[in-house]
Amino acid sequence: MSSKVQFGVVQFPGSNCDNDALYATSHAVDAESRFLWHKETAIPADIDCVILPGGFSYGDYLRSGAIARFSPIMKEVIAFANRGGYVVGICNGFQVLTEAGLLPGALARNINQLFNCKTVYLKTVNNQTAFSSSYELGSILGVPIAHGEGNYFADANTIKELEGNNQVVFRYSETNGLLTDSSNPNGSINNIAGIINKSGNVFGMMPHPERVCDPLLGSTDGVGVFQSLVHALQSVHA
Amino acid sequence: MKYHASVDITLRQGILDVQGKTVEHALHSMEFGSISNVRIGKFVELNIEAPTQDSAYEAVKAACEKLIANPIMEDFHITVKEVA
Repeated sequence: MSSKVQFGVVQFPGSNCDNDALYATSHAVDAESRFLWHKETAIPADIDCVILPGGFSYGDYLRSGAIARFSPIMKEVIAFANRGGYVVGICNGFQVLTEAGLLPGALARNINQLFNCKTVYLKTVNNQTAFSSSYELGSILGVPIAHGEGNYFADANTIKELEGNNQVVFRYSETNGLLTDSSNPNGSINNIAGIINKSGNVFGMMPHPERVCDPLLGSTDGVGVFQSLVHALQSVHA
Repeated sequence: MKYHASVDITLRQGILDVQGKTVEHALHSMEFGSISNVRIGKFVELNIEAPTQDSAYEAVKAACEKLIANPIMEDFHITVKEVA
């Protein structure tokens, strides 16, 4: 058995950031990564963290993530998360996690009706998580988004609970850290871009950190998400 | 018995329906200034085998809550009719 932290990247029909996620978790950080097919009914015992990548699983039919949430492997992902396993959902993966009830809320249509594909800025508002400990509190990251349904919505009580428990990890911000409407690309409540569950082992974000993990692509602002995980999981894996 | 169900799905009241608003603005820029409250949703129809109309309704309602709609952000309205 390898001594390195093991990531598993789920491939749904229509996933299209699966290779980027695999690269980010095997080349950009000191860890190993493999694909997990959506029809699989078990998660290999040595997997430390499951990643649900971006894309358009099942063509976004009905609602983004709604069908993928019932694919065979998701039963195992839910059980894995409930055992305390680390799960990350990026973009469509975040939508799948909310549909599966592993994260609260839902991702509605972007408020400007556009499919937004550009770099946005995120403020790290909680660095006491397994997904963000490599970042300084308040640090600003430039990370690309590419989605039509990224407008984070939850009822007022849920938002209050999320914020009270410090479950918001990243918020859309200006480069100077101000949380403004103009820096919010999709209308998300309180500029929410990424959240964790109450127990801190499930994380979802709409922007794509895996796309900014190699200096050749112009930025490594996203590598901290995976670096944080490797750091958190190293002791668990060994 | 065979039943036919239609499900209308709309965004929950209180969530801005941006598609509806955009279409409303377009209508207002034409000769339809008297139109208001445009809401855009989804329409699903399906057939279902069930012993009674009530049980057909309950099964479709369960399917809506589990998959067809997302109750966090959507409301749904079901109409069930017997298929002759």
